[in-house]
Amino acid sequence: MTTLLIAEHNSSVLSSSTLSALTAAQAIGNDIHVLVAGKNIESIADAAANLTSVSKVLCANADIYEYALAEPMGDLIVHLSAGYSHIVAPSNSESKDFMPRVSALLDVGQVSDICAVLSADQFKRPIYAGNAIATVTVLDDKKVITVRASSFGKNTQKNEQACAVERIDFVAESGLSSWQSDDITESMRPDLASASRIVSGGRGVGSGDNFALVEALADKLGAAVGASRAAVDAGFVSNDLQVGQTGKIVAPDLYMAFGISGAIQHLAGMKDSNVIVAVNKDEDAPIFQVADYGLVGDLFSVLPEMTNKL
Amino acid sequence: MKILVGVKRVIDYNVKVRVKADQSNVDLTNVKMAMNPFCEIAVEEAVRLKEAGVASEVIVMSVGTRQSQEQLRNAMALGADRAILVEAEGDVEPLNVAKTFAAVVEKEQPGLVILGKQSIDSDNNQMGQMLAALTNCPQGTFASKLVIDDGKALVTREIDGGLRTIALTLPAIVTTDLRLNEPRYAKLPDIMKAKRKPLDTLSLADLDVTSKTHCRIDKVEAPATRSAGIKVASVDELISKLKDEAKVI
Repeated sequence: MTTLLIAEHNSSVLSSSTLSALTAAQAIGNDIHVLVAGKNIESIADAAANLTSVSKVLCANADIYEYALAEPMGDLIVHLSAGYSHIVAPSNSESKDFMPRVSALLDVGQVSDICAVLSADQFKRPIYAGNAIATVTVLDDKKVITVRASSFGKNTQKNEQACAVERIDFVAESGLSSWQSDDITESMRPDLASASRIVSGGRGVGSGDNFALVEALADKLGAAVGASRAAVDAGFVSNDLQVGQTGKIVAPDLYMAFGISGAIQHLAGMKDSNVIVAVNKDEDAPIFQVADYGLVGDLFSVLPEMTNKL
Repeated sequence: MKILVGVKRVIDYNVKVRVKADQSNVDLTNVKMAMNPFCEIAVEEAVRLKEAGVASEVIVMSVGTRQSQEQLRNAMALGADRAILVEAEGDVEPLNVAKTFAAVVEKEQPGLVILGKQSIDSDNNQMGQMLAALTNCPQGTFASKLVIDDGKALVTREIDGGLRTIALTLPAIVTTDLRLNEPRYAKLPDIMKAKRKPLDTLSLADLDVTSKTHCRIDKVEAPATRSAGIKVASVDELISKLKDEAKVI
């Protein structure tokens, strides 16, 4: 029994969620091979070869994989799938796109966003925005799984000796889709999905300009900036900052929520954080029900005061 | 061009779900049900494409219980032309739903299929991608903008780092994200009119689809609850708690 772990990377380094998915793959208990697909990704494949308990790395280096389009990625993984009992990927916007395609091509089900591994075929996953946890047994021979990274620790251990890297020459070419352009938010702050501290703002922040107050505290703390759906929908900040059921699921050491009421949708994305701080002028805001430390107050005075005193 | 749109009947997004005492599932007895919010966005987008003259007909489809007629009528009140209900009991797994949609795609030959990116009950986020695979169509998932131009679909997708625009050949499968549009409300005359629009009811057998169990749900339990902590009175107290008690700064 062997697991194929699909690595996530940004074309220069492996993502930390890949290390969390590795922890989940280890819990499944098989031999682990890692697939690194992309363009100019040999150094990432070499890094993957150093990861603990990985016995082989498959390196699919071709232009067609550069943007992880679902059609070529799906064809590539299906092409490689023979011999694997589990196909596992960290849950992110790329794997959410191509993994169900892989499942359907293999005529098997998929388990999305697992948060616990009970055995090689039984897993836990959140449903109803995390308001219920389902225990699921996969009956198919091949198990296609995406992993909620925030539920698993990162495995940063290294192999004593790097394992073999095998070049994959298969080049998928569907002609169905093509990349046109990216509008990627450039930020010097830590990546939201893997940050150890996050400062988030909600509708109460009031405007995009006012978000500077949130950013100032974030920079003081070396934290990432997040936002509630209400703040994104109102156009204060871009969609990639959204924390919640349909945005990013995070679990930092410290999560600070300013002007966020605490809709179910938002709580689903951050309630596994280690320490939660909520600042809201409404003392009945639901966010206080999950906060370790709550401060009823005006964020427009609290934010600058806190930034100054730290 | 015909557009096929998926509609799922789910628990209303404002309702707090409760797990049944026997942990067999969540308790949906006497709970308000509604159209899945992402499906509403899909219906809206299709209707706008029809209003813009890009689409000629909007067909809405649901796989579910007889009660799903309510959501299909609702979609027709919003502007869809006709509806197809494929009756099936219980939770139908994404791959089985995708196979059912694939059978209807084969029959209806739509130029575009628009679906919600995920349903807010099972949170799988699979069906559109699976349908794309089964029909050998390209997929544009998590769309925040959709333009049909020159026989192609230009889809701007919400990805982890920001936005990505891809071009798809038609027919294509598109799944909606929150910011694609703001769905309209149905007007009373349209609700009345929707009652007379055609709604076909089919069975899985009519479409030669065999439903198979791939993932069996063994148990559904309430998540570990987080208890509320303490209220602090000032910024100074908050900073000292975070430094000395929680030790996170």
